[in-house]
Amino acid sequence: MKTQSRQRFASITGVALVGVLALSACGSDNNAAAPGNGAANAADCPTGTLNGEGSSAQKNAIEQAISDFQATCSGATINYNPTGSGAGIKQFIAGQVNFAGSDSALKDVAKAGSPSIEQADADKTCGSPAWNLPMVTGPIAVAYNVKGVDKLIMTPSVTAKIFNGVITTWNDPAIAAINPGATLPAEAIKVFFRSDESGTTENFTKYLHAAAAADWAADPAKKWSGKGEGKEKSAGVANAVKSTEGGITYAEWSYAKDNKLGIAQIDNGAGPVELTGEAVGKAVAVATQSGTGNNIKLQLDYATKEAGAYPILLVTYEIVCSKAKDPAKATLVKAFLKSFAAADEQAKLQAIGYAPLPSAVQTKVASAIEALS
Amino acid sequence: MTTIDLASDARPNAGRPDAPGPNLGLGLEHRSRGRAVRNQLARIVMWTAFAIAMVPLAWILWSVISKGGAMLLDSHWWTNSQRGITNRVVGGGAVHAIQGTLMQGLVTAVIAVPIGVMTAIYLVEYGRGRLATAVSFMVDILTGIPSIVAALFIYALWVTTFGFQRVAFAVVLALVLLMIPVVVRSTEEMLKLVPNELREGAFALGVPRWKTVVRVVLPTAFSGIITGVLLGLARVMGETAPLLILGPYTKNIATNLFGGLMPTLPTMINQDRTEVLQPAVDRVWGAAATLILLILILNLAGRLIAHFGRPKT
Amino acid sequence: MTDRVPAGTGRLGDRIFGGTAKGAGLLVIAIVTLIAGFLVSQALPALAKDKANFLTSTQWNVDGTPLQFGIANLLWVTVLSSVIAMLIAVPFGVGVALFITQYAPAWLSRTAATLVDLLAAVPSIVYGLWGLQVFGPHMSGIQDFLVTYLGWFPLFSRSGIGAASTILTVGVVLSIMVLPIITALSREVFAQTPVANKDAALALGATRWEMIRTAVLPFGKPGVISASMLGLGRALGETVAVMIILSALADGTAWSWSVFHGGETFASKIANNAAEFDSPQKAGAFLAAGLVLFLLTFVVNSIARIVINRSKAFSE
Repeated sequence: MKTQSRQRFASITGVALVGVLALSACGSDNNAAAPGNGAANAADCPTGTLNGEGSSAQKNAIEQAISDFQATCSGATINYNPTGSGAGIKQFIAGQVNFAGSDSALKDVAKAGSPSIEQADADKTCGSPAWNLPMVTGPIAVAYNVKGVDKLIMTPSVTAKIFNGVITTWNDPAIAAINPGATLPAEAIKVFFRSDESGTTENFTKYLHAAAAADWAADPAKKWSGKGEGKEKSAGVANAVKSTEGGITYAEWSYAKDNKLGIAQIDNGAGPVELTGEAVGKAVAVATQSGTGNNIKLQLDYATKEAGAYPILLVTYEIVCSKAKDPAKATLVKAFLKSFAAADEQAKLQAIGYAPLPSAVQTKVASAIEALS
Repeated sequence: MTTIDLASDARPNAGRPDAPGPNLGLGLEHRSRGRAVRNQLARIVMWTAFAIAMVPLAWILWSVISKGGAMLLDSHWWTNSQRGITNRVVGGGAVHAIQGTLMQGLVTAVIAVPIGVMTAIYLVEYGRGRLATAVSFMVDILTGIPSIVAALFIYALWVTTFGFQRVAFAVVLALVLLMIPVVVRSTEEMLKLVPNELREGAFALGVPRWKTVVRVVLPTAFSGIITGVLLGLARVMGETAPLLILGPYTKNIATNLFGGLMPTLPTMINQDRTEVLQPAVDRVWGAAATLILLILILNLAGRLIAHFGRPKT
Repeated sequence: MTDRVPAGTGRLGDRIFGGTAKGAGLLVIAIVTLIAGFLVSQALPALAKDKANFLTSTQWNVDGTPLQFGIANLLWVTVLSSVIAMLIAVPFGVGVALFITQYAPAWLSRTAATLVDLLAAVPSIVYGLWGLQVFGPHMSGIQDFLVTYLGWFPLFSRSGIGAASTILTVGVVLSIMVLPIITALSREVFAQTPVANKDAALALGATRWEMIRTAVLPFGKPGVISASMLGLGRALGETVAVMIILSALADGTAWSWSVFHGGETFASKIANNAAEFDSPQKAGAFLAAGLVLFLLTFVVNSIARIVINRSKAFSE
């Protein structure tokens, strides 16, 4: 009986093991339609694996960049998990990832209720200064789903009032006044917000706070301080608006585009501005830089009255160690970021809802990447 | 089977050839119309309850198959990973996630089953007094631990305390915590079903207790234990919460439990589940269909073993 | 049974084997003690700094100072969704179990049991996806009806949440998830009803339904109760499906008793924010909520076990 049961157990385990092994033997990572264009210089194509984590605002951009990078460098593997900016910074500080994606640069001051300073903690983990490298700008669309309204104009004040629940119906006089000619339904406005902590929320509330301080009193934060119904991640809110008549949310342009949502034109005081790559470029151009040396932080002017500039946007950063502990990883980080920041890659990203960095910033980022070691 | 059959079976004189009907057996009953109606009503209610309970099952399976079934028919699905595929393009497969799910499940079982089975043996064959009560009590608590709390605990232990990387093995540890109570409880039930006569017979022959357990009790309960293990395995393979915290996703094939990330079907679903671009949506439902399929196969295997492996006593 | 230890051969083997078994048991004790210790040690410092009433406050301000957080909202949403799930799943589970054991023809009985068990094979993330995208939108009809005709009753008052993401929808999906648990256990106890009891009832001229009411149900009652408790424990702790379906609410949203409101359960709140635990104090606040969930599920599971043990004592 004993041998019988042993045999049985052995055979079951055996079958299971063989199954797993068989699968691993025939699995393939090669999804290239044609063999990679092997013309790439070997020096630019290190091998190895990088793990990154963070902002979901840059998910679409970085996935494209990774796909393109890996197509050229088949020996390299980059993983990116869009768990949120705060999560990315936390895992970077905990030494769990090689780079973090974040919609806001590492902070130099301690957060309330916490003794730690992000920048200092990150420097400590790296054993060298951690650098913030702006990689791509993601315009934040005020996306809506109202039948029969193709064009909607919003001012900062009306936007703030909608998102903090002061204006509750679409045919409110305040909306009608700035949208002459639009047929607005008497429908309730359903506001969707990010239920997870998010850099998008932080940048959007920064905008509301800067451009409509009278109507938006709450301090900008990663946690939503307005009203509404919470959904997780950019994709979650965009998806919810898509399936909800009368819905409105703030989400990265790419998500609004993918969901084919209506995108409001923003009137900061110099006339309504449609969300285009060019309009975003104008807003980024007036941003000022802070940060020292190769640690590049951009200060956006959300209240800008520059004509034709789309003011609601975020700059998403890659946070890396300036001197990585593992030289092999350093070469890989450098090669990947170089390809991500390259002009042709940046132009490609515009097609999927991002806006390239202004050339002045691009040059600075390129020299910072060169300085990584 | 109907009421009448049962009723007539139950009666000693049911077989009497001259019995004109089942109601005349004892002469006690007079079935009023109301009672008969209530009886019929109850029958209808039970059938309806079953029919309604089948609706969500059919609906879920239909949703998953109609939205994701087509993916499973593509041979690349079973041979390729998602490497280099973005949610804008069609292509790639799920083999990386299938492997990860199977490997993590297998290793979880390898760790959790011995602990669970030995604990059950202790409770049934050895345990007496305070300690056994305490162990039984603790197994109950372990049953009640929500998966997200188990995952946070492992994170605190593995990453915060020891400073290790998040690797597949940490996920396995969290899954072990969730699987142990399932294995203990099902094994316990199976061991209790083993007739005491078998144990006593062995003792009477002078066989030591441990040999009795290993050679008599365990083989007798073997198929039941395997069934419990497979059901527990099915449960942990579909578990997602620990993976959100401990098991970041990757689109590449990964087989190292102790280094790097390891993709699984639940994280593959999670990664793109709110996307609206068609290629991503198809992959999400395809991964869901694959996961259900894997779990069904395990369940089926468990049932088959239970059915054919039943000890001949 | 007390002196089963046979003398003579195999003493050493016995000691090793018995010791290993005991070791496994001790390991389980150690694991649970560690987890409990971890929860308590993380939660206590945050609880000590909590400026709001932990049990009755609806605030959740864990980022800044002063630290103010309470679990009133979480507790309400968790309990409400689980109660809805139980209200649906218990009658159906018992009905289906009775169908399988008492009504179904022999050929259908086993198949029916397997089919219901299949519901347990669907992973919770799939329930979440299905609940939000496929099933949820169909709730809007029921919601409109209830709000229109019963809207005066606080439980059915209007709220602005989409029909796919309400507490009610979560409750219904949870009921489907716990149905197989309740059915499986109830089925077992109903099947064990002593034939003598059933025969006695039938012999007295009871109809099938009266036999069930007088013999099967009283015998199976403790089993049904403990099955429901185990199902409830599952519903309370369910994480991913709830997280996907239920809409979170912004801080400061007015309290509502409505089942058409959104919110977060203990588990979904932790899961929504777990990635962002960046300070011990913040993690502590969430783990304090986790501790409450832990205690809640533990109490429910203990009740189940007590009922089971008591019923065993009676039946033996």
